[in-house]
Amino acid sequence: MNHWIIAPVVLPALLAPVIAFVMRHDITLQRAASLAGAVMLTAIAAGLFMLSADGSVHVYRLGAWPAPFGIVLVLDRLSALLILLTSVLGLIVLMHSAASGWDTRGRHFHALMQFQLMGICGAFLTGDAFNLFVLFEILLIASYGLAIHSGGKARLKSGLQYVIMNLAGSSLFLIALGTLYATTGTLNIADLSVKVREIPVEEAALVRVAAMLLMIVFAVKAAMFPVQFWLPGTYANAPAPVAALFAIMTKVGAYAILRMHTVVFGPDAAAIGTLSQDWLLPAALITVAIGGFGVLGSRRLMPLIAFAVLGSTGTLMLAVSAFTPYAATAALYYLLHSTMATAALFLVADLLLSRRQSGDLLKAAPATVQNGFLAALFFAAAIGIAGMPPLSGFLGKLLVLDALRVSDYTWLVWTVVLVGSLLTIVGFARAGSLLFWKSTSAEFVAPVLAPEDDEAQPPANTIGPMLAAPSLLALASLAGLTIFAGPVARHMEATAAQLFDPSAYVTAVLVDQEGTKDPSSKKSYDDETEGAAYGEAGAEDGAGDDTEPGTASEEGH
Amino acid sequence: MELVVATTIGGLTAAGVYLILRLRAFPVILGLTLLTYAVNVFVFATGRLAVGVPPVLNDAASAYTDPLPQALVLTAIVISFGMTAVLVLIALGAALETGDDKVDLTETPRGEGDT
Repeated sequence: MNHWIIAPVVLPALLAPVIAFVMRHDITLQRAASLAGAVMLTAIAAGLFMLSADGSVHVYRLGAWPAPFGIVLVLDRLSALLILLTSVLGLIVLMHSAASGWDTRGRHFHALMQFQLMGICGAFLTGDAFNLFVLFEILLIASYGLAIHSGGKARLKSGLQYVIMNLAGSSLFLIALGTLYATTGTLNIADLSVKVREIPVEEAALVRVAAMLLMIVFAVKAAMFPVQFWLPGTYANAPAPVAALFAIMTKVGAYAILRMHTVVFGPDAAAIGTLSQDWLLPAALITVAIGGFGVLGSRRLMPLIAFAVLGSTGTLMLAVSAFTPYAATAALYYLLHSTMATAALFLVADLLLSRRQSGDLLKAAPATVQNGFLAALFFAAAIGIAGMPPLSGFLGKLLVLDALRVSDYTWLVWTVVLVGSLLTIVGFARAGSLLFWKSTSAEFVAPVLAPEDDEAQPPANTIGPMLAAPSLLALASLAGLTIFAGPVARHMEATAAQLFDPSAYVTAVLVDQEGTKDPSSKKSYDDETEGAAYGEAGAEDGAGDDTEPGTASEEGH
Repeated sequence: MELVVATTIGGLTAAGVYLILRLRAFPVILGLTLLTYAVNVFVFATGRLAVGVPPVLNDAASAYTDPLPQALVLTAIVISFGMTAVLVLIALGAALETGDDKVDLTETPRGEGDT
C-alpha cells in the first residue's frame, strides 16, 4: 500500500492547524508555511500523477480494513489529474494572495486555504460515497470562511446565501446516500458499481431516485440550472483570489457527476439507462444560455466574470452529459482549460479593480497605472474564457462540439454553445473597451479628471513582477495547454477510457485485497449464517422489505 | 412504527422546506435545523427499523440490527451541528453589518473601501 496516496489530504490537514494556532501572529511565517505546503502538495500531486499515468489503479485502505467495510482512497488517472490541477491552482492563488496582501485583510486566510485544499483533494481521492459527503463538508466549511474573508456588507449577505444553499444541498446529499444505502446496502463506490448493475429494471425505482438526487446535489456544487443561483452572487462578492480558487469548486461537482454517473450509475447499468443523460443535457444547455445572457447583461465586472464561469460550467456539463469516452475526453480537456482561464480572469480583475477608483462598475473612469499591460492581461484571459483562438478554450470548445456531433440534438447544442460564445465575446469586448479604451479617450479624460488623474496614482501602485507572476502563470498554463494539446488530449483520452471501463477500478478495490485485516479472524463472521439471521429478524419485525437482507448485513459488520 | 417514523420525517421535511423559503435568516436557520433532523431520522431508518436487537456482535444474540446507519447518522449529526453553528455566526455577522436579517441580495457596486 502506497502511503503517498493519502498525503494530499494529510499534509494540508496537519499544516492548517499549525498555521492557525502557532503562526497566527506572524503573517510572513504563515505565508512561508502556506506556500511551502502548496509547493510540497504540487510535488506530491505530480508524483501521484506519474504513478497513475500508466493506467494502474492504486487503492489506499484506511486502517487496512478490506474494501466494502473500510474506507478506501482510490488513485486513478482522473483523480491524479484533478489533484495536480488543484495543487497548481492553489499555488497560483496563494502566490497572488500573498503578493496582493489579500491574506492580511482578515484572519486565518492561509489556514482556511489549506483546509480548502485538503477537502478538495480528499473529494477527488475518496472511493466511498459517504466519505465524499464528509469531504464535501470540509471543503464547504473552509469555503464559507474564505467567501466572507475580510467582511463587508455585500460579502456577508452573499456568503449567507451561499451557506444556506449548500446546507440545503448537504441535506439532500444525505437523503440521496440514505436511499442508496437502503437499496444497495453499501456506500463503497466500487461495490455500488457492482450492486447497481445487479438491480433488475423492474426494481429500479429507488435507485433511480437516488441517482437523480445525487445529480441534483452535484449540480448545486457545479452550479447548473436550476440550482445555479448562488454562483453569480458568491463569486462576484468573494475576494478575487478566493473566487479564483473557487474555479475548482464547480469542477468538484462536475467530477462527482463524472465519477458517480459513470462508475456507479453508468449508461450500461440496466436500472439507470439514459436517465442521467436525459436530464443533464437540457440543464446544461440552459446553464450555457443563462451564462451568455448574464455576461451580456452585467453592469459590473465581477458578476460578468461569474456569469462567464456559469457559461463555461454549462459547456463542460454538456460534454459530460453525452456519457461517451470521446465526450469525456473533451470534457476533461475543457475542464483543465476552464479552471485555469477562470482563475486567470479573476486574478487579472483583482489587479485591475484594486487600482481603479470606481470599483467594478463597468463605466469609463480614469486610466489606471500600466493601463496597457492590464488591458493585455485582460484581453488574453477574456479570449481564454470566451473560447477564441489561439488559446486552449478554442480547442476545448471544438472538442466539445465535435463530441456532441453524434447526438440527436446536434443542431440545438451547436446553436446554444455558439450563440453563448458569441454573447460572451460581445460582453467581454464591451467590458474591455469600457474599462481600458474609454478611460484613455481624450474627450473623457481631458475636461474632468485629467489633472487629478496624473497625481492620484502613487508609484507604489504599480504591478511588480511578484504581483504579475500568478496571473501570467495562469495564462501561461493556457498557452501550454494549447501548445501541448496533442499529448494532453491523448492523456485525457486514456483517462476517459479508464473511467468508462470501471472493471479495473472495481478489481483494484474489491478483489486485490492482500495485506488487509481479516474481519472474520476473531469470531462468528460468516456471510451466510449472519445474512440468514438478519433475514429472520427482518421478517419478524416486518421491517425487511424488498432488498436482499444479506447485502445490508454484509456491509453492517 | 414505520408509519410513525415516515410521517415524522415527512412532517419535519415539509416544515423545514417551508421555513427555508422564508425571507429572513432566523426562520431559514430553523428550517435548515428541522431539515437536518428529518434527514438524520431518515438515514437512521435506512438500516431498517428493528426493536430490541443489538448492533454489535454478541454471542447471545439471535439477530442484529444494521450498525452502519447508526454510525453514519452520528457523523451527520456532528456535521450538521457544526454547520448550524457556522451558519448562525455568519447570519449574525450579516445582520449586525447590514442592520437587517433579510436573506435576499440587493445589487451593490463593489469597491466601497473593501476591495
